Amino acid sequence: MSTAHSKAATNAPATYGIMAEFTNSSTLIHAAETIRDAGYTKVEAYTPIPIHGLDEAIGHKASRLPWLVLTGGLIGSSGLFGFMTWVNLVDYPMNVGGRPHFSWPAFVPITFEGMVLFSAFAAVFGLFLICGFPRPYHPVFNAPGFERATTDGFFLCIETSDPLYDAAKAKSTLLGLGATAVNEFSE
Amino acid sequence: MQSSKQLKPPVTETYDSLLAPGQSLESVTTKISDIVLFPILKTPTGWLLGFIGAGLLLMLYLYSLATLFTVGIGIWGINIPVAWGFDIINFVWWIGIGHAGTLISAILLLFRQDWRTSINRAAEAMTIFAVACAGIYPLIHTGRPWLDYWFLPYPSTTGMWPQFRSPLEWDVFAISTYATVSVLFWFVGLVPDLATLRDRSTSRIAKALYGLFSLGWRGAAKHWQRYEVASLLLAGLSTPLVLSVHSIISFDFSVAQLPGWHVTVFPPYFVAGAVYCGFAMVIVLMIPIRRVFGLQGLITMKHFDVMSKVMLASGMIVTYGYFGEIFYSWYSSSIYEYYLIVNRFTGPYAWSYWALILFNVLIPQVLWSKKLRQNLPVLFFVSMAINVGMWFERWVIIVLSLHRDFLPSSWASYTPTFYDWSTYIGSFGLFFVLFLLFIRFIPMIAIFEVRDLVHKTTPHTAEHEESGHAGA
Repeated sequence: MSTAHSKAATNAPATYGIMAEFTNSSTLIHAAETIRDAGYTKVEAYTPIPIHGLDEAIGHKASRLPWLVLTGGLIGSSGLFGFMTWVNLVDYPMNVGGRPHFSWPAFVPITFEGMVLFSAFAAVFGLFLICGFPRPYHPVFNAPGFERATTDGFFLCIETSDPLYDAAKAKSTLLGLGATAVNEFSE
Repeated sequence: MQSSKQLKPPVTETYDSLLAPGQSLESVTTKISDIVLFPILKTPTGWLLGFIGAGLLLMLYLYSLATLFTVGIGIWGINIPVAWGFDIINFVWWIGIGHAGTLISAILLLFRQDWRTSINRAAEAMTIFAVACAGIYPLIHTGRPWLDYWFLPYPSTTGMWPQFRSPLEWDVFAISTYATVSVLFWFVGLVPDLATLRDRSTSRIAKALYGLFSLGWRGAAKHWQRYEVASLLLAGLSTPLVLSVHSIISFDFSVAQLPGWHVTVFPPYFVAGAVYCGFAMVIVLMIPIRRVFGLQGLITMKHFDVMSKVMLASGMIVTYGYFGEIFYSWYSSSIYEYYLIVNRFTGPYAWSYWALILFNVLIPQVLWSKKLRQNLPVLFFVSMAINVGMWFERWVIIVLSLHRDFLPSSWASYTPTFYDWSTYIGSFGLFFVLFLLFIRFIPMIAIFEVRDLVHKTTPHTAEHEESGHAGA
């Protein structure tokens, strides 16, 4: 346990941060709130399940993803509606039984499908973009025991880039908040 | 066989809860991921036999398609006036099956129904594979599938565009959107579970592959928050999408003037029928799977009870539709509409109409009994009956309406040929090959959602057995 990573060699990778493991979500949320209130800003929690209130406890802002999806939906629906209108009025007008060229109710189903398709693209690829995916490698995977973050481990990480970062102080604070293991880990 | 036996716990059925008692985050994760992660050489014999059988059916399918492409659609039994036969019957049947998966994954997510959790992943997989089977029919029924790009709006040298005012063109957009969004929704749901497999697998190849497809998921709080927003938005988009897809498919019929097709009730009637048949297929797939893989603790009798109730409710809507059709034929005062019902009741294909009533209306009534709903052999039989019944429904709508329309001089009959049957039976090969690969390599139950259910239903400080440190 503890900061066993060798820092002796000069060319050893730099320390990325300090990772604390908790046994359950309520301890984690409490710890995250305390750390946030202590003024830490480069903090992230890693959990096997979505935990409501955790992102506020850490201090993350609300996502802008819904706006992205709305934009996608508007582009998809107006794009296809406009396209069908252009085809039927300008590029290839065809008289079908004397019905008007601009028979917009008949355009509704395809407009709707275009809205759904482009919104879904925006939701999925927007999510990947915001999360920085695909990113198969990340320094937190080096933290000891981190493979349990996708099973039953609740983790809180303070990164060295945080202005308040002090390994010894952070460690004692995190242990005091109920962490079962606290380790520094490198990039 | 040995390895599959190891997976089996002593079977104790749970009737009143969605999870067997005593589950922890780790126990459910291990349980589900072990099904996927055991070594490839120790694959259960049952799975291998199933895969061989499905593979043979797939061969039959490929043979039928190859014959179709080389000879043409003359190998089928279709004719004029019955220009739509098995191709469109099976297209509508397959896509209807797919709708239950979207219903379970999207609509029940919006309604926050926890019982969807253990069955949504497999149901979504069923959706995608059923849509694949369905989507092939419109592509091949043209007889010249190499020209299918004509469906798409592309700037061509002829200067022509597809007819955007036709329901058949709406179909192109509806089905391609549905297939794309279903795959995206499914993949997004898989990402955290693939990360679990990446972290639990011991084989280097498995680690690399699951690592590749999990995109680097690490369960960060920020990612979870965005992830939940994206899931909710996708669910909100998929809900009207699934309703629109089957409504648009029903427009293929109801926009035509033909008696038996020209009915305003078709969209809700088709959607209810899709849900009915889709839930039946979920039950047919789940009963053997939970037995083979010992999942009685995760897919409990309560799941089957709830699914049976959905089936019963949608079955009653469908039944209402059947009575509605009889009523319109009388109320319309049209001799053609009236004759449609006479033909269904007493015509040359009356046996298929009465089979439809037997399978879809009469047999499912046993689901009123709680005791029979929770009897798996009975439930399996009823679900199979519903699948057959819904197939007959599409048969009745398509063949019985087409073969005798307005002019008796143009009446004809329709008999499916060997290739009609082989293309249909072969499509099960495609479905089951894909489904068996899915249950072997991808967690068939959404692990993180089950963990979430465990988390919600247990006190928050007791997630680990060794809890006690840390007072929150």
